[in-house]
Formats: sequence, structure tokens, C-alpha cells
Amino acid sequence: MRAILIAALGSAGLKFTAILAALLLGAACSTTPEDQAAAGVESRTGPGGKPGADTRAVQPPKVAAVDITGKPSASSLAALKDPNNILSKRSIYYDLDKFDVKDEYRSLVEAHAKYLRENPTARMMIQGNTDERGSREYNVSLGQRRSDGVKKMLILLGARENQIETVSLGEEKPQADGHDEGAWSKNRRSDILYGGEY
Amino acid sequence: MPNLVRTLIGLALLFAVAQARAQLEIIVTDPGAQRSPIAIVPFANEAAVGTSLTAIVRADLERSGLFRGVEVPPLSPPPTENTPVNYGEWRSRLADALVLGSVVTHRDGRFEVRFRVYDIVKQAPLGAIAYVFTKENVRAAAHRVADFVYERITGEKGVFSTQIAYVVRRGAAYELQIADADGERAQYLLRSNEPIISPVWSPEGRRIAYVSFESKKPVVYVHYLEDRKRQVVASFRGSNSAPAWAPDGKTLAVVLSVDGGSQIFLLNADGSGARRRISNSASIDTEPRFSSDGKWIYFTSDRGGTPQVYRMSATGGEPQRVTFEGSYNVSPRPSPDGRVLAYVTRNAGKFQVALLDLSNRQVQVITDSDRDESPSFAPNGRMILLATVIGGRGVLSAVSADGRIKQRLPFAGGDVREPAWGPFIE
Repeated sequence: MRAILIAALGSAGLKFTAILAALLLGAACSTTPEDQAAAGVESRTGPGGKPGADTRAVQPPKVAAVDITGKPSASSLAALKDPNNILSKRSIYYDLDKFDVKDEYRSLVEAHAKYLRENPTARMMIQGNTDERGSREYNVSLGQRRSDGVKKMLILLGARENQIETVSLGEEKPQADGHDEGAWSKNRRSDILYGGEY
Repeated sequence: MPNLVRTLIGLALLFAVAQARAQLEIIVTDPGAQRSPIAIVPFANEAAVGTSLTAIVRADLERSGLFRGVEVPPLSPPPTENTPVNYGEWRSRLADALVLGSVVTHRDGRFEVRFRVYDIVKQAPLGAIAYVFTKENVRAAAHRVADFVYERITGEKGVFSTQIAYVVRRGAAYELQIADADGERAQYLLRSNEPIISPVWSPEGRRIAYVSFESKKPVVYVHYLEDRKRQVVASFRGSNSAPAWAPDGKTLAVVLSVDGGSQIFLLNADGSGARRRISNSASIDTEPRFSSDGKWIYFTSDRGGTPQVYRMSATGGEPQRVTFEGSYNVSPRPSPDGRVLAYVTRNAGKFQVALLDLSNRQVQVITDSDRDESPSFAPNGRMILLATVIGGRGVLSAVSADGRIKQRLPFAGGDVREPAWGPFIE
């Protein structure tokens, strides 16, 4: 029962679901580590659908949660998308085997730190990425080191720890598809996403 | 015998799901130098099954690189497992081994294959067995026959009845597929618009753990093959990746960034209980793999400045460095017998599979390609399945542990990567 609820509500509703499930099922409900999304068992539809149609079954639909505890104002949200605003710049690129944020991206990181300071309820995910060379799993760890580096800098600039989740996509989500340094230099990057964008 | 029948019927249910559109084909690009000639006489009455069982057996044995099928002219009457063997006659046909058998149709429509294996050189019978199977399971039955023949002749278990898992990418679509070890009967377990990496079979072969990026970050799942359910086992804040099964099938090692960095933790595979951190460094510790006796965890770490393979006690403790040659040694995979470690090493910009003899420290690079990844031992340790890139496309290939036999597994219509060889099926 609980599992089905989780599958239906998706990640946006996980916390709510866990609370709801706890209320519904009471003490019978198994406990989940507090910082882990509840372990959901999902049923999958069988074959026969059009290609891609099945995929939706493994990707729970997003539910728009309503949070009235203090959202960033409409004007500040618009700034994140305004191509004339530095906040719309979301990618930081790296040299080969490097993890430090280069000086040319300092103003970008400072602008995002300022946004997080001024919007304490804003949430950010930083996705680290690598080029395609080497072990996929080792590259997940290298990408994590990149996103962690950006987070560290944002915190030094006044952002709060709980505002930022850092993850890695390793070599799995290249921006450029080529197999040369031209492509690789675009793929060694950290991408910044705000709540609602992931 | 009832166990086998149950197994085969179970397999039928498993295969009733999602047939994948394309299949792997296996081409032996570099056969073994010493292939033993074997005569597999078409089994009497095998036409009743509708598929040539002995053709599948012969293809299995030839693909191993250890055998070469001897052409046998039609014999009249067709010999069966009860026909007396004239060793001199088979010696003159240049066969070192012989398989004779027949297929019987049961009243309930099932079939029974009975066969005997002979050593022609030593002029001795090597054993006989019978398997009952349903028509749709003729391939599974043939693989059982091939496993029996292989084991009686070589003394080691065959892997023809095992399965492999791998990931296919077509454009932006990803599929986690499983197929028989000969590439046939491919089916998908999961289809997604986001990447899937690092599939690993549980020791009993009924579950596969993997990493899916469907939530815009890496999350570890355990997928139950029989009922096609899956469970999130690691979705902590940050990245969750690199699952590895402990031999008990109850514990998973995973790599989490929840405490910062990439560190190795143990989890209960059913998602219960709390995480236990077992690595403790300020560097990257990832790609854990248990030794088959469960005592050690091999892993990749850059604590020495470059990524190298280390090992530590499975309960944690001070790691020991395992690889020393070269500046990039990753993806450790201990062999099933624990004597050898396969890993990926970088040589002059090329990523190749190397084997390290854990007793005498000898290293042998066994591939000559440019971009090898994800080596995976067959459960009998004889072959290593791996992903490589040929002509800009990801393909699977296999190489024998002595480096002599090489196979390619081309796949029509997609990049293939992240292979994982499944366990023996009992």
C-alpha cells in the first residue's frame, strides 16, 4: 500500500508520502533512514507499449507541491532565467583532471551565492560531470568532487549547507557528443539547477 | 530431476516477458589454438522438438574456443545413447570425444533428452544423464546438455546455461537487458530515458542491482527478475552508485556521497536497517567488489595520488594497495577462485583489461583494444566479458583468462555497454 502511494506521488511528494503512510499504517510501517528517500517498490507495466511509453512507468510523475512557508518572489525566479542576468549562467567548465573553480567563473558563483543568501528557501542541485574517458563509476566520483567543490565555494560565500545538494552524473550526460578535446572540454563541467528544475 | 523441470518451467515464465528487439550475436574472432575435435551426432528423434538441439550444443561448445565439431555423415540407423560404441571407428573419424543421444516425447507433450559422453582417445564412457523439458525450453535444455558435456570432458563447470546483463543505448533511450550467455533470448528489464549503469547480479541470480539516473542523480535499485519489481536501496542525499553484492546475497556495498566525497558503505540488500560506512578517507573510494569468499573488498581509490586498486577486510580496516604499475588502474574484479584480479589499466592513453596473479604479482594485459570497460568474469573464471568501443560504437567482447580466445558480440541497433555475467544456475 505504502509502496504504491510512493510510486504514484513521485519524488516531489516523498516526504509528504512518508508522513501520510506513517499516519495510515501507524506502527506497522517500516522505518527508513531519515536522509534517504523512502524505499519504494514499483510495479512496472509489461511490454507492448510504444517505445518510450514504458519509460513513464519507471519515472514517477511529478506532483506540484504547494509550499506557503516563504517562496522566492516571482521577480527573483524570473532573474534565474533572464539571459541578461548572470544567474542564468549555470555551467562551470574545468581543465583536464581539475576540480577547482577557475577565476573566470568566480563572479558566476558569487552571484548564485548571493541569490541563495537572499532566498533562504531556495534549493539548488549541482550536477558534476566528466568527459568520457575511463571508468564510468570512477567518473561518477570525479564528477562528485567537482560539484562538491562548487558547493564548498558557495558556502564560503554565505549559502547554507542545507540549500545545496551535490550529485554526479559522471560521464553519462555529455553536453557535446564528440570524441576529442573539443567535446571533452564541454563535458568536464558542473551544472547548477534550482528547485523546480530537477 | 524434478528440480531441473521446475527450473526450466521457471525459465519459461521468466522469458515470457518483454522480448528485446535486437539480439547479440557472438563471433569467435580468435579461436583457441588447441581445439579438441568432438563428434556430436544428431540425437535420434530430435526433429520432434522442432529445433536442432545438437546444433545448439555444438555451437555452445565451439564458442567456448576449446572444441571443434567434427562433421558426421548421416548414420543409419541413427545411433542413440544405447548404441554400443566402436571406438576405432570414431578414432578414424578423428574425434577425440563423442556424444550420442536421443529425444523421447512424453505423453504430456514434454520431451526427454538422454545422452552419453565418450572419451574416444581413452576409450572410456564419461557419463550419461537425461533432462525433461518443454518445447519452448529447448534452448535451455541444449545449454544443459552442453554444460554436462563440457564438464565431463574438461573437469570444470560449463557456463552455457548462464545469463548476461548489459545496457543498450539507442539515442536517448536506455535499456537494461538480460540474455542467455549465447546472446539469444534477449529481453529488457528496464527501459528509461536516463542512463543506467553498473548492473550486478546477486549471487543466486534472481536479482540485479544497478544505478539509474531517472531521478536526475544516481540512485541504486535492486530489481527482482521473477516478478519484475524493483526497490530503491540507496537514495541518500548526493550520489548513490557502484553496487556490489556480498556472497551472502544479503549485503550490498555501495558508494555514497552523503558524508561528502565518495565513500564505501554496506547496506542490507532488502533496504532495511541503517548504512554502515566502511571506508574512511578524504579521497575517492569507489568500485567495491567482494572476493568470492567474502573476506575482502577490492576497490578503486586515489588516496595515493592516482587511481589504484586497494583491498581491505570486508568489515573495514586499513587498506592495502594491490596495483602498482601505471598511473590509472580501476574497476577491480576478483576471479571466482580468488587467485586473479581483472582490472582496467591505462597504457599510453588506451584502456585495456589486465590480469594480476595475486600470488606471484605477475601482470598480463589480455586485450589490445583502445577503450575497454567493465570486465566481468564468467562464473567458472575461464572467460571475461567486457565492453569496448569499435568504430565509434560500444560493443561487448569476451576474452579467455589466458588471453588466447577472443569473441566479439555485435549488437544490431545500439551501443552496448556495462556487461555483467550472471552466476551458475542450479
